[in-house]
Amino acid sequence: MAFYVVQFLTGLASAASLFLVASGLSIIFGVTRIVNFAHGAFYMIGAYIAFTLTERLSGAFGFWGSIVLAALAVAMIGIIVEMVLLRRIYHAPELFQLLATFGLTLMVEDLVVLVWGPDDLVGRRAPGFKGAIDFFGQNIPSYDLFLIVLGPVVLGILWLLFQRTRWGVLVRAATQDRDMVAALGVNQKWLFTSVFAVGVFLAALGGALQIPRDAVHHAMDLRIIVEVFVVVVIGGLGSIIGAFVAAVLVSELNAFGILIFPKISIILVFLVMAVVLIVRPWGLFGKPEAPARKTPGLTVNPWRPLTSNERLAALAALVIAATLPLFAGNYALTVGSEIAIFVIFAVSLHFLMSVGGLASFGHAAYFGLGAYGIAFLAKMAGLPMVVCLLLGPLLGCMGAAVFGFFAVQLSGVYFAMLTLAFAQIVWSIAFQWVSVTGGDNGILGVWPEKWAASPSHFYWLALGVAALVTIALRAMVFSPFGYALRATRDSLLRSEAIGIDAKRIQWTAFVIAGTTAGIGGALFAYLKGSVFPDNLGISLSVDALVMVLLGGVETVSGAVIGAIVYKALNIWLVSQTDLSKLVLGGFIMLIVVVFPKGIVGMLETLAQRRKKAPPPASPLLAKPIESAE
Amino acid sequence: MSVAPPLLAVEGLSKSYGGIHAVRGVSFSLRAGEILALIGPNGAGKSTCFDMLNGQNKPDTGHVRLLGEEITARKPRDVWRLGVGRTFQITATFATMTVRENVQVALISHGRQLFNLFGSAPKFDRDEAGRLLELVGMGGYADRPCGELAYGDLKRLELAVALANQPKLLLMDEPTAGMAPRERVDLMRLTAQIAREKSIGVLFTEHDMDVVFEHADRIIVLNRGTLIAEGSPAEVRGNPQVQAVYLGEGLVYDARHREGTSA
Repeated sequence: MAFYVVQFLTGLASAASLFLVASGLSIIFGVTRIVNFAHGAFYMIGAYIAFTLTERLSGAFGFWGSIVLAALAVAMIGIIVEMVLLRRIYHAPELFQLLATFGLTLMVEDLVVLVWGPDDLVGRRAPGFKGAIDFFGQNIPSYDLFLIVLGPVVLGILWLLFQRTRWGVLVRAATQDRDMVAALGVNQKWLFTSVFAVGVFLAALGGALQIPRDAVHHAMDLRIIVEVFVVVVIGGLGSIIGAFVAAVLVSELNAFGILIFPKISIILVFLVMAVVLIVRPWGLFGKPEAPARKTPGLTVNPWRPLTSNERLAALAALVIAATLPLFAGNYALTVGSEIAIFVIFAVSLHFLMSVGGLASFGHAAYFGLGAYGIAFLAKMAGLPMVVCLLLGPLLGCMGAAVFGFFAVQLSGVYFAMLTLAFAQIVWSIAFQWVSVTGGDNGILGVWPEKWAASPSHFYWLALGVAALVTIALRAMVFSPFGYALRATRDSLLRSEAIGIDAKRIQWTAFVIAGTTAGIGGALFAYLKGSVFPDNLGISLSVDALVMVLLGGVETVSGAVIGAIVYKALNIWLVSQTDLSKLVLGGFIMLIVVVFPKGIVGMLETLAQRRKKAPPPASPLLAKPIESAE
Repeated sequence: MSVAPPLLAVEGLSKSYGGIHAVRGVSFSLRAGEILALIGPNGAGKSTCFDMLNGQNKPDTGHVRLLGEEITARKPRDVWRLGVGRTFQITATFATMTVRENVQVALISHGRQLFNLFGSAPKFDRDEAGRLLELVGMGGYADRPCGELAYGDLKRLELAVALANQPKLLLMDEPTAGMAPRERVDLMRLTAQIAREKSIGVLFTEHDMDVVFEHADRIIVLNRGTLIAEGSPAEVRGNPQVQAVYLGEGLVYDARHREGTSA
C-alpha cells in the first residue's frame, strides 16, 4: 500500500513541471493563437541556464536565486523571439506558426550542444530539500514534496494574476476576442509580448525546477513538448485549470502505467487521451475551437489537371531521370533512390495537408510503420520481397486507420498536436518494446533480393514506384473524392449541407495518405537495409512538412519539387556541416517568413503575372512540369 | 385515402437556451410550389427556427416532417439527401474552387460518387453544372475562382448549389442580406420563378419587406419565439399586432411603388 502512495506522490511531483510548461503554452495560445512548439526549447534552455547558474552561485540563496534568474533570462530571450520572429507571422496560418517555432526548436537543439556539450549534466540538489522522508519504509525525496506543494501554489498565483490584475483582465478579454480588445485602444503589441514573456517564464521555470530531479540533456525539449501537447489536448487548449488537471492525470498515468505495462507504459496515456477525445473533443476544460484560419491567400489559382503538353513534359522528365544509371555512380544512384522515396513521402502528406487541409505533424509514423512492416515480414516471416512490398505498407495503413479515426475528429492545431502525439507514441513503442522491435538497435539485415539489389536496379524500382504513387495521388486530387476532400477543407458547413460526411471523407484521405507513406517507408527499409525508431521520429515528420511547404502548400505539384530540392539540399548539408539542425531550423524560419508560397507557388505567381501583362497570353509554365524524380 | 401530407409540416417546435425560450411551440406547414416568408424582429427566433428545420440545430420538443417523414434532429446531410436544399445567411461556398466546381461537388454528392477515387471530377456532370449556372444567370462565370466573386454572385451560386439535388424544398436564410436593392429583387424574382416552374416549396427569412411582400405567397410572423400571425401578405400587412412589433405603424409597404420593380 505504502508503495502505491509513494508512486502517487512521485506522479504528483512530476506533474508540477508539466503543469508549468503546459499552462505557459495555454496562456500563449489563448491570446496569440500561436501553438508555440518552441516551448519545449525554452524549457530546456531554462534547465541549462539554471544548471550553469547554480554551479556558480553558492548557498541556498544562490540556488533559488539561480532558478528564478534562469527563468527571467529565458523570458528575456522569449521577448526577443516574439518581437523579431512571431510579430511577423501572427497573421500567417497556424501551420506556418507551428513550423516557424519548430525551426526555432531545431536551432536551439544545436546551439545548446555547442554551448553546453552533448553530455548529460547532473545538477545540484536543492538546498533544504536534499534528503528523503521515510513513509512506511518507502523513501520520498523531500524535493518531491516541495514540487507537490508548488503546483497548486503556482495555479493560485496565476488565478490571482488573471482575476485580480488589470493585465489579467486584458489577457482574459483578449483570449475571448482580441480584435475587440484592440478596438478598445489596448496596445496589442505590448499585450502579446508580455503574454509571451509570461508563458516562456513558466516554461523555463518548469525546466529550471527539474534539475535536482533529472539530468539536463539536449533531447529534453521534444520529450516535454510531446507530453505537454498530450496535456493540453486532454485538458483543453487555453484553459489553465485544464492544464493542471490534465498534468496531474498524465503524470499519474505515467507513474502507474509503469506498473501495469512496464514495457509500453505510454499506451495508457494514449488510451485515456482517446477516450477524452471521443467524449469531449475539445478537452476536459476547453471550448470548441473557432474555425481555423484558411490557408494563405484565398485567391489561389484554381487547380487543374495537367494539359497534354505538360503531361509530355513530365513524362520526358521521368525518362531523363530514368537514364541516371547510364552515367552516374553508385553513390549518386543511392541518393537518387532516397530522393525518389522522399517524393513518395512528400506527396502522401501533400494529399492530406494541401488537398484535405489537415496538416499532420506526425506523418513519419506511417512511413516508419511501413518500414517496420517490411522488417517484420522479411526478417521474421521470411516472405519474398515482392510480397513484402505489397503487404508492408499495410502496417502503415492500419496505423493510419486507428489514429486517423481519432485525429479527424479534430481540426487545425488540435489535429496537428494529436498527430504529433500519436507519432511519438508509435516511436516510443518502437523504442521501448525491445523484444519485438529491437529498440534503439533497430532491425538489421533487411536487404532487397538479387533482382533489386544493385544500385541501378533499386533506383529504377524506387523511381517507378514514386512515379506510380505520384500519378495515382494526382489522379485522386482530380477525382470526385478529391473534390469532396477539398470541399471539406474549404467549408465544413457547406459540405455538410450538400450531403458530404466530412469525417468519413477525411478519414479515408488519412488512410490513403498513411498507406502511401507506408509504401515509401517500405522502400526505405530496403534501401537502408535496416529499420530504426528514427524512421518514425519527429524530425522525419517535419522533413515531410518542410518538403510540402518548400514546394508550395497551395499547389498540386509542389510536394514533388519540394521533395527533390529539399532532400538533395539536406543530403548535401549533412555532408558539409555538423550543425545541420541549426542550418535547417534557420532555413525553415526563412521559408515561413520570407517565402510562404514555396517554389512552385512563386513560379505560378510569376507565370500569372506574365500572363496578365502582354495580351497574347502564354500558357507556358502555369504549372511547372512534374516528374517523379 | 387520407389527404397527402404537406411538403413541410412543423409541429410544436420549441428550443430554449438556459432560461431563454428562443422558440416556443411554433407550428406551420408549407405546400409544394408555395413561397413562404418567415419574418420577425431581430431576436425573434427566426434563425433558431430555421436551423432546426434541416438538422443544423436540435429542437427540445416538436416535430419536423417532410412529406410525412419525420426529419426532426436528423443530420443536415441526411436531410439534404431527402431533397432539402439550403442557402446560408453568410454564404458558405468552396472558395478555392471555380464556380463550376462548386456546383460539381454538389452533383458528385447527389450522384453518390463521393468515394470515387479514380474518376474525372472536372468532367463530372459538366453539362448539368453548366445548366444550373445558366439557370441562375451565372453561366458566364463558370471558370472564375469562387473566391473572386462579388457577394451577390455568391448568393446566386449558392442557389445553384442548392438546386443541384433537385430539391423539393428550399430553405433560404436571409437570401438577400448584404445585397444591393436591385440585386435583391432580381434574386428573389429568379427564385420565385424557379420554384413555380419546378414546384419547389421555398421557405425564406427576410428583413426587406419589399422583397417579402412582392414574392411571398404567405407570410408567418415570429415574435419572441412564438408565431403571432399567419396569412397572405395583405392580411399580415394589415395585422395590428404585426405592425406594433415589427412593421411599425403609419408606414405603407408597397412593392409596386419602387422604381424598376413594377411588373
